[in-house]
Amino acid sequence: MNLITASAVVKDFSGHRALNQVSMEVPEGSVYGLLGPNGAGKTTLLRIINQITAPDQGSIHFNGQPIGPDHRPMIGYLPEERGLYKKMKVGEQALYLARLKGLSKHEAMLRLKVWFQKFEIGAWWDKKVEELSKGMAQKVQFITTVLHEPKLLIFDEPFSGFDPINVNLIKQEILQMKEQGATIIFSTHNMASVEELCDHITLINESEVVLQGKMSAIREKYRANKYLVSFQGNPEKLSKGLDPRFELLKLEENGMGRQATIRINEGEGSGKLIRNLVEITEIKSFQEILPGMNDIFIQVVNDTIQKKGS
Amino acid sequence: MSKISLIIQREYLTRIRKKSFIIMSVLGPLIFAAYVLIPMYFATLEDKEEKTMVVIDDSKLFTEYGPEGPEFVIAGTEYLKFQVVEGVPIETFREGFDESGYYGILFIPSNILASESSLIYSTKQTSIEISEYLEHSMDSEIEHLKLAQHEIEDIERILAEVETSINVRNIKWTKDGKTQESNTGVIMGIGYLGGMMIFFFIFFFGSQVMRGVIEEKVSRIIEVIVSSVKPFQLMMGKIIGVGLTGLTQFLIWMILSAVLITGLKMAFFPELNRTPTEQVVASDLFEQGAGDQGTGIQGIVTPSEEIPEVGDLDMAQEIFASLKSINAGVMIGAFLFFFIFGYLLYAAMFAVIGSAVDNETDTQQLIFPVILPLILGMYVMISAISNPDNSLAFWFSIIPFTSPVVMMVRIPFGVPWWQVALSASLLVGTFLGMTWVAGKAYRTGILMYGKKASYKEIWKWLRYSS
Repeated sequence: MNLITASAVVKDFSGHRALNQVSMEVPEGSVYGLLGPNGAGKTTLLRIINQITAPDQGSIHFNGQPIGPDHRPMIGYLPEERGLYKKMKVGEQALYLARLKGLSKHEAMLRLKVWFQKFEIGAWWDKKVEELSKGMAQKVQFITTVLHEPKLLIFDEPFSGFDPINVNLIKQEILQMKEQGATIIFSTHNMASVEELCDHITLINESEVVLQGKMSAIREKYRANKYLVSFQGNPEKLSKGLDPRFELLKLEENGMGRQATIRINEGEGSGKLIRNLVEITEIKSFQEILPGMNDIFIQVVNDTIQKKGS
Repeated sequence: MSKISLIIQREYLTRIRKKSFIIMSVLGPLIFAAYVLIPMYFATLEDKEEKTMVVIDDSKLFTEYGPEGPEFVIAGTEYLKFQVVEGVPIETFREGFDESGYYGILFIPSNILASESSLIYSTKQTSIEISEYLEHSMDSEIEHLKLAQHEIEDIERILAEVETSINVRNIKWTKDGKTQESNTGVIMGIGYLGGMMIFFFIFFFGSQVMRGVIEEKVSRIIEVIVSSVKPFQLMMGKIIGVGLTGLTQFLIWMILSAVLITGLKMAFFPELNRTPTEQVVASDLFEQGAGDQGTGIQGIVTPSEEIPEVGDLDMAQEIFASLKSINAGVMIGAFLFFFIFGYLLYAAMFAVIGSAVDNETDTQQLIFPVILPLILGMYVMISAISNPDNSLAFWFSIIPFTSPVVMMVRIPFGVPWWQVALSASLLVGTFLGMTWVAGKAYRTGILMYGKKASYKEIWKWLRYSS
């Protein structure tokens, strides 16, 4: 079951198409990564899902229904451009934002107390926001995003501007909320966090979807058949004894010992490489080098640029 | 609780808890009174510096010879003295005039009867009071001289007898059969006050709406809020919240002013409380006229019970009588209506400006076209005070962008109901249309960061789908 279905969404701003026929399916209970360079249209798509702006063409469905005002309380949104009323007191403000999401005053109060304790900011309840450090303000923003326990959480660049301690805290919370059944969409260009958290991704470049699917499938597709071998023995013997079906890409000696990066040509299995290596050296470890999302990201974006150029 | 009322509540509460609100509530009436009274005070301020005016009287008509030499026939005032000089040419004063300590030299030519003009030489601009005093005194002096030439017996006594000063006072018959005295000046003042208050209210609280929108943009809370509520709800919530703040402030001002006025009345005009304004007229004026020549004035105007006391024209008494003559219900009702809808119309436009910029300094050029009609309205209002029924005042009191200010000054004089109804419905209609348009521009503007939009751009925003 998909919680969010975007179908052929188009959004134009004067003389500029921000989104072009973008479709996306976010399975319920998944952590969905929306990737792309700056200005690709990620924020516009998130704003459309949040009903802040409307698409010019196409549609968004929430749980199978066309998205509408009733869905607002079921979504928690932490925008990229986020802030708080500086002159307002922390607790009062958190309460206000929670009530705008439809929580009763009493319920909001109870939940806020729990979260403030959890994040160790209880003592700041009666302080003005402008007195908070940036890190503490970020905690408050995060709390107000998730307080109403929405089915869908949307984070736009959640890790930009957050300090490392908060980044960790938020990662843990995101995973915990996933376990509790929430669906999470987040946009980022921080690829490390994508690898760690996401089940599915959509890569948008220049207003169009250029790559989409399950993380595991994408990594499978982009695997380069490269292996990293740590070995003991003569490097020269290894390079000379290697079967021509295998390509030695790199040979180095570092703190980890001697390492070789070897590519297997299309159609060959890793077993044959191991058998070959056993004959010529002593293997300490053997592992496949999976492509990082960063590499895939750069490769796909470059490919699309080349396609457009040709 | 609905979301819009939550927003109104926040806007209202955060504002009335501000120190500036409390200070303004207390000082507002004082500042406003000062704003009105200080220029009046300065205008009436007498020049307390003693001045000496040299008089060179070539006509000899204004010179008397007393024991201490030549004297000017016109008496000096407390602060203005005359010194007659004979046989000295004017030019001799020119050199070192400033050091001489003289205020000016009044030159009366020998042919003054024919030319009817005299001259004041000075290095300074002669004040209007002094010119008027001299003109008036010399006029009556020459008139006396001319009359004397006719050699009428007892001329002085006759003159004293015929001297008349008519005071025209307005007595209004109201529909409910009462008779009221009204002073046009006071009615003008009420209208002016109402119009000015609306002008300031729109300007002050409209800017507050604008600043509120900018604050939400700058602090980057806006996107969080509009993911919970519609931008239009946020805009209307803010406009209404700020408006309620204004009304609260206004109410506080009214109460404070009422207390202040009552206090002043008790302290300075205690007799007003003892003698009701509706007193029998036993006018000295009428009695004198009747007694002297039997001109029959008595037959024309019969002093009646309803006509308020004329007596000595006590300003304060007249003011309070006039205040009573204005239909307070209509006045307050009209005031509140134009106050509220005028504000609502402009607040939506101020909200759009706030949404189009990233900081307050960028608002300057965008704000100008918006407040232009408002300022125009104020100028028309000032001209309408003396002529509330001319066509300029009529049209500007119908056009929605100026009507809140201009209509206020016309209402105390009485305006046909259809004009008020037309003006009011146009205002409400324009408010609705403007708010709808503003909402469209606003919801795009609030999400534009890092650039200042022009009106051309705002126009484009209107066509984005929401």
